[in-house]
Amino acid sequence: MLQLLHIPNPSQEWEAFLQVLDHLILHFIMGIMETLTPHMQHLSLVFQSPPPPNNTGPSYPPSSLHSQPASPHTASTSCTTQLANQLNSMQINSYGPSAIQSSHTSSGHPASFQGPQPLPLTQHQMALPPGPQIPPPANNFSGLCAQSSLPNMARQDGIPGSGLPNPNLQQLPGQTPGPGYHPQQGNYGPQMAGSQLSYPGAFPGGPAQLSGPPQKRLDPDSIPSPIQVIENDKSSRGGQIYATNTRGQVPPLVTTDCLIQDQGHASPRYIRCTTYCFPSTSDMAKQARIPLAAVIQPFATVPQNETPLYVVNHGEAGPIRCNRCKAYMCPFMQFIEGGRRYQCGFCNCINDVPPFFFQHLDHIGRRVDHYERPELSLGSYEYVATLDYCRNNKPPNPPAYIFMIDVSYRNINSGLVKLICDELKTLLDKLPREEQEESSAIRVGFVTYNKVLHFFNVKSNLAQPQMMVVSDVGEVFVPLLDGFLVNFQESRSVVNNLLDQIPEMFADTNESETIFAPVIQAGMEALKAAECAGKLFIFHSSLPTAEAPGKLRNRDDKKLLNTDKEKTLFQPQVNSYESLARDCVANGCCVNLFLFPNQYVDIASLGLVTMHTGGTLYKYNNFQLNSDSPQFLTDLRRDIEKKTGFDAIMRVRTSTGFRATDFFGAIYMNNTTDVEMAAVDCDKAVTVEFKHDDKLNEDSGALIQCAVLYTSISGQRRLRIHNIGLNCSTQLADVYKTCETDALINFFAKSAFKAILSQPLKAVREILVSQTAHMLACYRKNCASPSAVSQLILPDAMKVLPVYVNCLLKSSVLTGRPEIPTDERAYHRQLVMSMGVADTQLFFYPQLLPIHNLDLKSDAVPAAVRCSEERLSEGGAFILANGLSMFLWLGVSTPPELIQGLFNVPSFAHISTEATLLPDLANTYSKKIKSIVEHIQNQKPYTMKLMIVKQREQPEMLFRQFLVEDKSIHGGASYVDFLCCVHKEICQLLN
Amino acid sequence: MATYLEFIQQNEERDGVRFSWNVWPSSRLEATRMVVPLACLLTPLRERPDLPPVQYEPVLCSRPTCKAVLNPLCQVDYRAKLWACNFCFQRNQFPPAYAGISEVNQPAELMPQFSTIEYIVQRGPQTPLIFLYVVDTCLEEEDLQALKESLQMSLSLLPADALVGLITFGRMIQVHELSCEGISKSYVFRGTKDLTAKQIQDMLGLSRPAVPIQQGRPLQAPEQPVISSRFLQPVHKIDMNLTDLLGELQRDPWPVTQGKRPLRSTGVALSIAVGLLEGTFPNTGARIMLFTGGPPTQGPGMVVGDELKTPIRSWHDIEKDNARFMKKATKHYETLANRTATNGHCIDIYACALDQTGLLEMKCCANLTGGHMVMGDSFNTSLFKQTFQRVFNKGLNGEFRMAFGANLEVKTSRELKIAGAIGPCVSLNVKGPCVSENELGIGGTSQWKICGLDPCTTLAIYFEVVNQHNAPIPQGGRGAVQFVTQYQHSSTQKRIRVTTIARNWADAQSQLQHIEAAFDQEAAAVLMARLGVYRAESEEGPDVLRWLDRQLIRLCQKFGQYNKDDPNSFRLSESFSLYPQFMFHLRRSPFLQVFNNSPDESSYYRHHFARQDLTQSLIMIQPILYAYSFHGPPEPVLLDSSSILPDRILLMDTFFQIVIYLGETIAQWQKAGYQDMPEYENFKHLLQAPLDDAQEILQTRFPMPRYVHTEHGGSQARFLLSKVNPSQTHNNLYAWGQESGAPILTDDVSLQVFMDHLKKLAVSSAA
Repeated sequence: MLQLLHIPNPSQEWEAFLQVLDHLILHFIMGIMETLTPHMQHLSLVFQSPPPPNNTGPSYPPSSLHSQPASPHTASTSCTTQLANQLNSMQINSYGPSAIQSSHTSSGHPASFQGPQPLPLTQHQMALPPGPQIPPPANNFSGLCAQSSLPNMARQDGIPGSGLPNPNLQQLPGQTPGPGYHPQQGNYGPQMAGSQLSYPGAFPGGPAQLSGPPQKRLDPDSIPSPIQVIENDKSSRGGQIYATNTRGQVPPLVTTDCLIQDQGHASPRYIRCTTYCFPSTSDMAKQARIPLAAVIQPFATVPQNETPLYVVNHGEAGPIRCNRCKAYMCPFMQFIEGGRRYQCGFCNCINDVPPFFFQHLDHIGRRVDHYERPELSLGSYEYVATLDYCRNNKPPNPPAYIFMIDVSYRNINSGLVKLICDELKTLLDKLPREEQEESSAIRVGFVTYNKVLHFFNVKSNLAQPQMMVVSDVGEVFVPLLDGFLVNFQESRSVVNNLLDQIPEMFADTNESETIFAPVIQAGMEALKAAECAGKLFIFHSSLPTAEAPGKLRNRDDKKLLNTDKEKTLFQPQVNSYESLARDCVANGCCVNLFLFPNQYVDIASLGLVTMHTGGTLYKYNNFQLNSDSPQFLTDLRRDIEKKTGFDAIMRVRTSTGFRATDFFGAIYMNNTTDVEMAAVDCDKAVTVEFKHDDKLNEDSGALIQCAVLYTSISGQRRLRIHNIGLNCSTQLADVYKTCETDALINFFAKSAFKAILSQPLKAVREILVSQTAHMLACYRKNCASPSAVSQLILPDAMKVLPVYVNCLLKSSVLTGRPEIPTDERAYHRQLVMSMGVADTQLFFYPQLLPIHNLDLKSDAVPAAVRCSEERLSEGGAFILANGLSMFLWLGVSTPPELIQGLFNVPSFAHISTEATLLPDLANTYSKKIKSIVEHIQNQKPYTMKLMIVKQREQPEMLFRQFLVEDKSIHGGASYVDFLCCVHKEICQLLN
Repeated sequence: MATYLEFIQQNEERDGVRFSWNVWPSSRLEATRMVVPLACLLTPLRERPDLPPVQYEPVLCSRPTCKAVLNPLCQVDYRAKLWACNFCFQRNQFPPAYAGISEVNQPAELMPQFSTIEYIVQRGPQTPLIFLYVVDTCLEEEDLQALKESLQMSLSLLPADALVGLITFGRMIQVHELSCEGISKSYVFRGTKDLTAKQIQDMLGLSRPAVPIQQGRPLQAPEQPVISSRFLQPVHKIDMNLTDLLGELQRDPWPVTQGKRPLRSTGVALSIAVGLLEGTFPNTGARIMLFTGGPPTQGPGMVVGDELKTPIRSWHDIEKDNARFMKKATKHYETLANRTATNGHCIDIYACALDQTGLLEMKCCANLTGGHMVMGDSFNTSLFKQTFQRVFNKGLNGEFRMAFGANLEVKTSRELKIAGAIGPCVSLNVKGPCVSENELGIGGTSQWKICGLDPCTTLAIYFEVVNQHNAPIPQGGRGAVQFVTQYQHSSTQKRIRVTTIARNWADAQSQLQHIEAAFDQEAAAVLMARLGVYRAESEEGPDVLRWLDRQLIRLCQKFGQYNKDDPNSFRLSESFSLYPQFMFHLRRSPFLQVFNNSPDESSYYRHHFARQDLTQSLIMIQPILYAYSFHGPPEPVLLDSSSILPDRILLMDTFFQIVIYLGETIAQWQKAGYQDMPEYENFKHLLQAPLDDAQEILQTRFPMPRYVHTEHGGSQARFLLSKVNPSQTHNNLYAWGQESGAPILTDDVSLQVFMDHLKKLAVSSAA
């Protein structure tokens, strides 16, 4: 595998690098040996500290790669030899322990609180074959499992693989959550013993390593594997029912598929937290430096088999709210005095129950209608809002969609305009509608523009559409009122007529200049004039250089990289976009932007309004009609059909002692508490950070209520309420135990990507590394049992944190390299800011699926392998996807039958890499792989364009960037390097 | 010798010129003592079916400061082929083409009967006429429908190759592109923002790109038609399109809430129209035709706010300086009018509404550019429909009665200087030796631009005699004036009409009777009236009246024959006898009296007064009254209350109104239905006679007068009663007693009282 890496640049540097790797391996394995000792309980990994002198700079490899010469590359030769000597023994040792460990684990479990589970669990793991299942060529990934068993026991691990944890949890409702829980937590530590030692896949992994250059092999399988964590969670919790009946329980991982039942707390589809147990005091929180955050995706899609949200309608009375803190009626309200009053769970205020809402209490003090009322028994539900909640106290109009098409020369020439127009004709029949409605209430309008704007009157009684040109782009306005926004069903013939004509009308245009800000302004004004909220769909392709507000110049300057001014590249070029964004939000105008750039278009400026209005940004570089239309059209279709809430305001309320302090997402904040979103759709997530105000009470826990006031697609004003309760603890161990790495990464990514607007990249990267180290060091200091400082000990729930943080650091946004286009970075930055946990997980750690050894008979998607070059093989074919791009990588000796089956060509050499779709062929290979691709694509916010990459061809370089565990060609550290670096940081902290 | 009356008439017919004095006082001093200035009414394009235009260029005097056109007054040396300019006395060689001339073989311009001659010259490319409709859509449905029909109809009246354009406005302004198939396309502007010409042209995409586009494409030389064709298209090409487009015009869709006026952006709409033509067709004949149904209520040029509770300014408000938008609006329209005039285009205003529409502010648009101004109650009236149709009337020779972009140049012999002109023109600011320092009307120039004119358009041109008293002009000396009018004929030809006239000089001291006899009191009345009305635009009404009175008294003192301080001895010669009466009616006319008129109406009346020819102007000053009765054939009668008799039918023509008034008895007869009885057929004929006569007037008049048919005691009888001389009022009814007429309930002085006072003042030695 390492040989492969050599191919592009077999330089001296590589040699040096390999030497360092060896060095690391050595210590790593030594660490593992130590962990085998039974008293090492919490530790997932033990790492001996590297010999100080030769490890020189690992303080922070990624950034130092080009700036500091003293990076891992330049390890001293003296140390190399030393390392080499030690190598053999390590490798041998590495197998042994794993064998022992598996037994160890099972023996350790019965004592734990989850006593019943671990035993079957481990068995399950053995049976469930992530490692063993894979035939010899796949040995590479068998290593995945190296760490895998560790997580299973803690709650964090709890992906409902085989349903073990869940049955247990389901029993819990009967118990009172608080008291039952704590003792178990107390027991937690000891139970962990030895868990990290199970290496189900270790044996098969061995031979593979040996097959590589023997004396230089490291064992990547011995460092924590994200894939293993995911697979373990899948096997333990996947396919089960997860009921949200317990405060502070850790949900299955985002990658695990299970059925969620709302039993009083919001589904993890709506809210995920970085930790499900908050530290009681701010001192503790400061000590641990674990961000306390929730990732809220208020409109997340729920699968068909889960119950949609109930709508509560109290008529004119409106929602019931606490008089003091204005929290909405929810399961956290405690009814007292026979049901005449209730105590607010958030501010403890005692409120009278409104007469119409009165109900008696039963013998355990619960209202007898508890289960009849969603707002008393469910974590998530909706209220019908009254006029008080509407703009100007008037019921809102149904929202409108305005399609704004750039008809400048480029777009006409590329055929894009025709493509859009043709597609709209069918697409407009699929506008979203309420379940019970026959047709959509959404009205549509059309604008085209180049350096002037063309509005269209498509009133149903017209014989032909009318075009109105507004060339006063300095102060744009809407030239017509009636006939601009129409019901598609009524105006179908006029609209179709128009869509037919638009491409012809501009067929001989030679206008190449465009405007941009006035386009948004126009759309916004149109919505304002029609007194409704809505979405703009802007199809734009170039830097807006025409003389108009928001005019931009090309300011892309690679010289700014890695300077204090780099941040300006991510800030809008002119201020007008900020005020435009504010106006748009104020008028409920969401801007969806489809960009088709050929060159720099300043996404940081163009995307700003999209970003703040809850819109979605799509980008198709060098758009080619043939290859890129499927991707674009799928995106467009999906976006148009999306269920969306318009003109939304979100408010996050918390119980006393802490509060929401910071918000990240595609949002606009006018003040410190109201999260404004011109629209919010199923893919948009807001990450909320909490800070302590005071001490938190362990009994009452930490309660969060997120209320989103919005206008539905039919124009109904509604409130969507999500409630979730978290635990509080004075024990740091409890906090660490319930952390969720995926949510943490989501938070880190968003806060880092926000920080780069104000801080130098280097500082942001350093903060990320140091915070990671701090979190881990704090665990080491306070929760882990004493051990040598040189050991790297990772909390179970965070054991893949280093690899994820490394992925984040290697993301293009945080890598200031001239090879990466500025626009690409701005684009990624913007996308990530609104992503949910599942999206960030996939984005930062792509899915790599082997498809050369599929079980053609089964429906299952093959298990992923780790994103590393080593996992590839010449004889293999792999699909890699990160939510934005998808690659089909083909090894040089991919089996011909696979090639034949997939491409209908005889050999590897015949495969064309031009295609962006797999041909539809009537064979099982093709069908199976297509279904896999479909599965990967399913529920992703962006359509991934498939790129076919042949091994040892140029495009492979691009593909390589996604092998995130490896050293990146842009200078990002490999997983091992990074781990080493973090470890060193921790050591320093501990000392 | 024929009488002066015949001479005057003959001159008018041939040259379209009427001078206040037909024998000129020979010194400055004497001239000023004549009170009525030496001036003339010039109808530059007076219809001359008998005048065939010549197809060559005029011959000009070679002196650069003169450049007078060769004319019958020039002395010609046929042998030397030389001619002497009668203005500067420069001796000029005839051009080679004139080699063959001799006493018997004269070119037309040397023949005395061709004191007025028209040349057709080939200069520059001929561009078709342009008609740009600017249409208000803030109308009632009915009105809009009627207007749309009128506009559609007008397309068939336009010359086939004329270019038409359409701009509609309401809250916003739409400039319609006419060349598009399948989709109607318009450029929209907001009505609140004033735009410079450059901005408008940029926004309409009319500015030519600095660099000729791409390389692969061959350069198309004539880019002009491509550009302009988007908004201005030949009628024959797009009349179907435009008819449909007009048919689909909707009322301004923006909601108008209770108690509000619709937002109407007339100011910006006009500005865009002006800018559009300015960019595409400068200096070619073009009419911007504004159709508006109410006051501008937003943006530059707004006349009133959109709150209905604030009424549109009245004269009272203006006097109290309480018209807050007036100055700004006026300035806006003046700027526009001046720009339009510079470009040689004209603006017509067709304002039809029951309330005022802001003509006061917009008047300069029509006044400075020679455009029409039409005021009506609704577009759905025959008054508007026929007036509008008449714009496209054709003259005797089958040509449109409109001409464009005229440049009128006046040359005088050295004893005379030009003091100014009053009429639908703007100064071209051409100074020269014959320009006087004293201005009357638009002065300081010897050239004026009249962007739109028709065969009736008449300018008043004022002169100053500059010959010093001590430098007498030899006996029989003649002063000459040459009028050179270059214009674009409706056939798009460039033409030059040259009129050269001469009048005798006379020493006012020794030959006053000659001068007196050659006084043209009708012309003088109109010329004085124009001066008065011109002053009234900028001065307080009473001041103007006082000035007029003083002039009249001075004239009477100068030319009356009387014994000092004996009013009864006062006599005026025949050539002056009607003049005081004209002045009396002028004082009462709506041109000087604003009472009972809205500012818009005053502007409307004054507009027409400043451009009509002498006959029409006189009708405006002193309406004509005809009487029909069984006592004899129809006859003109005194415009006097005594003419209102029970057994008479009166027909009054005030130019703006045609009033038929049935006397008390006639009205009763009519009610009794005698006209339907065969035995009273003569009564039927009597009733019919004034109708026929009225119809005849209606047929020819532009703008179409308001037609009023009323009877004794009818409410509309006020139109008649307000015009007639109130010789009988409630005050003196019994004093005068006897047979006659109808008392008028007014405190106005009657002609008789006026004359008494005049006599008294004229003969008074104190005055």
